[in-house]
Amino acid sequence: MKPSAFAYARPRALEEAFALLDKHGENAKLLAGGQSLLASLNMRLAAPEILVDIGAIPGLDGIAVRGQTLVIGARTTHRAIERSEAVAKHAPLLAQAAPHIAHVAIRNAGTLGGSLAMADPAAEWPACCVALQATIVVTSKKGERRVAATDFFKDLYTTALGAGELITAVEIPCVEKGERHAFLELVRRRGDYAIVGLAARARLKGKTLSGVQLVYLGVGVTPVQAKGAMAALEGKTADDAAIRAAQDAIARDLEPNADIYTSAEAKRHLARVLVARAVAALVG
Amino acid sequence: MNDRIDPHRLDALAPQASEVEAPPKPGTTKTAKPAKTQVGYVGQSVPRANAKRLLQGRGAYTDDLKFPRLAHVVFFRSPHAHARLKKLDLSRAARQPGVIAAFDGRAIADYCTPWVAVLGHLKGIKSPPQYAVAIDRACWQGEAVAAIVAETRAQAEDALGHVVAEWEELPVVTDMEDALANRTVIHPELGDNICFARSFETEGFDAAMKKADLVVEETYGFGRHTGVTMESRVILADYNAAEHSLTVYHATQAPHMMQDIFSRHLNIPEANVRVICKDVGGSFGIKVHVYPDEMATAALSVMLRRPVKFVADRLESFLTDIHAREHKATVRLACMKDGTIVGFDLDDLTAIGPYSVYPRTSGIEGNQVVNLTGGPYAHKAYRAKMNVVFTNKNVTCQYRAVGHPIAVALTEAIVDLAAQKLGMDPAEFRRKNLIADDAYPYSFPSGLKFEKLSHHQCLDKLLALMDYTGLRAEQAALRKQGIHRGIGLAAMIEVTNPSPAFYGVGGARISAQDGATVRLEPTGMVTCLVSVTEQGQGTEGVFTQVCADAVGVSIDKVRVITGDTGVTPYGGGTWASRGAGIGGEAVLQAGKALRANILDIAAAVLQVDRATLDVRANSVVDKASGEERLPLAEVGRIGYFRPDTLPMKFQAELTVTRHYTPREYGFTFTNGIQASYVEVDTDTGFVKLLRHWCVEDCGTVINPLLVDEQIRGGIVQGIGAAMLEECLYSAEGQLLNGSLADYLVPMTGDTPDIEIAHVSTPTRQSELGAKGVGEAGTAGAPGAVMNAINDALAPFDARVRVQPFTPERILKALGKI
Ligand SMILES: Cc1cc2nc3c(=O)[nH]c(=O)nc-3n(C[C@H](O)[C@H](O)[C@H](O)COP(=O)(O)OP(=O)(O)OC[C@H]3O[C@@H](n4cnc5c(N)ncnc54)[C@H](O)[C@@H]3O)c2cc1C
Repeated sequence: MKPSAFAYARPRALEEAFALLDKHGENAKLLAGGQSLLASLNMRLAAPEILVDIGAIPGLDGIAVRGQTLVIGARTTHRAIERSEAVAKHAPLLAQAAPHIAHVAIRNAGTLGGSLAMADPAAEWPACCVALQATIVVTSKKGERRVAATDFFKDLYTTALGAGELITAVEIPCVEKGERHAFLELVRRRGDYAIVGLAARARLKGKTLSGVQLVYLGVGVTPVQAKGAMAALEGKTADDAAIRAAQDAIARDLEPNADIYTSAEAKRHLARVLVARAVAALVG
Repeated sequence: MNDRIDPHRLDALAPQASEVEAPPKPGTTKTAKPAKTQVGYVGQSVPRANAKRLLQGRGAYTDDLKFPRLAHVVFFRSPHAHARLKKLDLSRAARQPGVIAAFDGRAIADYCTPWVAVLGHLKGIKSPPQYAVAIDRACWQGEAVAAIVAETRAQAEDALGHVVAEWEELPVVTDMEDALANRTVIHPELGDNICFARSFETEGFDAAMKKADLVVEETYGFGRHTGVTMESRVILADYNAAEHSLTVYHATQAPHMMQDIFSRHLNIPEANVRVICKDVGGSFGIKVHVYPDEMATAALSVMLRRPVKFVADRLESFLTDIHAREHKATVRLACMKDGTIVGFDLDDLTAIGPYSVYPRTSGIEGNQVVNLTGGPYAHKAYRAKMNVVFTNKNVTCQYRAVGHPIAVALTEAIVDLAAQKLGMDPAEFRRKNLIADDAYPYSFPSGLKFEKLSHHQCLDKLLALMDYTGLRAEQAALRKQGIHRGIGLAAMIEVTNPSPAFYGVGGARISAQDGATVRLEPTGMVTCLVSVTEQGQGTEGVFTQVCADAVGVSIDKVRVITGDTGVTPYGGGTWASRGAGIGGEAVLQAGKALRANILDIAAAVLQVDRATLDVRANSVVDKASGEERLPLAEVGRIGYFRPDTLPMKFQAELTVTRHYTPREYGFTFTNGIQASYVEVDTDTGFVKLLRHWCVEDCGTVINPLLVDEQIRGGIVQGIGAAMLEECLYSAEGQLLNGSLADYLVPMTGDTPDIEIAHVSTPTRQSELGAKGVGEAGTAGAPGAVMNAINDALAPFDARVRVQPFTPERILKALGKI
């Protein structure tokens, strides 16, 4: 398991990176934490000519609050997000989800931007970003553009990123008063990619839910918003009847693919279990 | 315990206490008559000498070796499970940068003869000849059909992409029952797909079973899994044309066995073949077999007259390291109303891939299942039928606990079911049926002979250790709150310290004896060379302890050397839980002989009666007073440099060798019992393993720390089998989860606390009294976990029978999906 030969560049500025991407086109790959990319090189699933390491480009990492927005640099590691007080305060969903991502050693290296660019349908960050209605900031030599997380994940391992573009940051609306977050995930071993996971978010007034977001991971080719279940809970008191309605809607919302260990039917069942648990967590 | 303690000896050791970790108090009770060894280090948790080195990253594994002109080989492997090679063109690959040579199976066969893995005592076992690199046809996905040798591994891998192969796919047999039906025969020349079959019946079986009040029957499935070693398979073969000699650096458990095999198949005189083991990073039985790609590597070294290295990468490991298990077995248990078991009836089917694995064969696991099913119980009637069939998947062979996890799980699951049907408590049901502790020696219906086991002591100790009654009360209380916990027990017997009956009688050139050479160095140091190998399990530490006690030196004076056929005595190596019991006894006897020889010299030097002297704490002392008479460094100085001062006819013998073979019993059986406590989330089918207990009787416990870690590690591998690990194949014979991302091994975070206690019934076949312990954990854990899950599911009238117990399978059993 040795990668085929590749060149390596470590640009010091975004412009340099864009120039390299321009020059090498398809044959260049951005390298962030390397936690997904290097494994695929070693397994010879990918054989780029050049790796463009974004590790030395200033301004790509860090966590900041700008007004009502939490801004997280693309190169911020999973671990930094996990340990950030600002994240815990303004986007508790991310703080809850972070410990589910792999293991500490991997979280120390893996990055938010890398995870979103990978777009693994069982990964935590993509589902969280959709649930939080985050905006992905994408930059190229032509400048910056902003893509809503809901529009970012196109297909299996496929995103709205175009040639020559890289993710520079993610903008997340800060949590509002009365807003609750819950992140649940079923894995057979701690740190594995989710069999089924759920990023849930709602405002709670008394026991009434509004602004409900239920975004599943591990059940489709992208993060999946369970729109029927969201509607079933919207404006409702979080009681058994509402939960049952949401569970029933799940059957229509999700078309999960089986994985090697879990059938589509089992995934759908687990998704139903999770929605009930998520509502309990949101109102609990 | 008093008769075991020599007070002088303890005094002498006292100043060194700080070097030795305070002996923990394991739940060890020496209930049986203790062994005759003098007590010192044996029985203490002495830290092993190599642990620090390994932890500091100073281990030296085969892959760490750097040789001038070292070449690297990679293999072009079949992408199909069964296919004829219509065309293989290596010419482009051979022209790639750095490539030294590219060969197909025919070219390599000129240097390495094929083998057929059968044994005389497994009557009727058959298998086709297997070549180092397959010729014309591949029989499983991953079988090598060409070898490419290059200056670097990366260059060799680059060249792989330039191999041109055209395949004609052949019908694939992946399902065991399909294989048994012989609709497609994988090796037509063999006539059918049955590698080995055995059936067995005690006299009057039918009549006995008819008299029973209750017969329960169930069918169980066991997934195919593998042993995942941290260090993958690796071999570096260095042929020297000038000497026509071959030195092989090999991550193996059995260097002498491999020496013989390299010699015979490469046609090099055995004396010219040397096998050296560097540090080995875990084996579990994976590294005790002959692998075609490793044989090819040795042949390539001969062909190219230069050192050649092969390292299996993790993807290759999953495709080619032996797999194990994959059984489907129906078992019936007949018993009386009062719970007395009358008999067991077994029908086992197991699939082994396209070849029986050389030289141990792939018939042993099924054979063990037949031998061991029902093992702990006192019934008299037994019938067994077993078929071992070929399939187009990777080969299977002996992996830690060979057959035991299957036999134990089958037995213990059906025992629990019978108890449930009779409304008896499973612990009571076992108490009623376990062979009585005073019934030994005992002949078991399958023909096994037990020297002395302690099932009842172990059961009692386990129930106390886990607070069985308290747990049952807790379980009942929680059930009312909708929390579903289960308790599972699994009694077991384990084959250890095998005699030649295991392989030798069948014609395999595998040594059942082991040897130790112990040498006093001129400085008073003791060097101990042993034929048993170190795989990371601490064997060398155990030998250090035994040797220090036997000679009478402190532990820092002993250096143990293993794993070099050019240096150590001849022996079997590490497998079947034999290292400490057999190798340890050889060390003990060699050490005692050296001690006697030391006393001979001292008596000559001091001109006193030898009987008045002893060796204690690195000196010859006066036996009665303990007063120092001659330090061992002085004995060494005189023995080696001034023998002229010794009496005329006296020859100092400061190097001695002793061997040991267990002979009285085919196997030195151990016994034990495990318990598992689990919680099943009945909504998701997820199982949380809460706690696990094991009470084990391995005879003399030489090092409680190492013994407990062997049991713990073994239990974790057993948990892997029960909960996570399975090599999944598609119907076309494609391995679906051949990486560590997809094949799930248990990890610490998900492992329950494991509590261990011991009962000690030393074997009287040896003076050391040690039985083996390496496989007990793996043997019993799957059965205990299975019973615990089924106990938790009992209120739902649901049972799971197919391992591993995935959430999917549990949800199905619960009728949720
Ligand atoms: C054992 C293991 C377990 C894991 N378990 C999980 C898990 O449970 N959940 C989970 O979510 N992840 C898991 N991961 C993946 C991990 O989170 C990765 O870190 C992450 O998917 C990729 O981030 P990275 O920074 O390492 O990216 P890299 O591996 O460097 O790159 C990944 C891809 O993203 C591209 N890329 C990187 N940065 C950018 C950018 N700023 N803009 C555009 N493209 C970019 C690269 O070109 C590449 O194609 C696991 C990884 C391992 C090794």
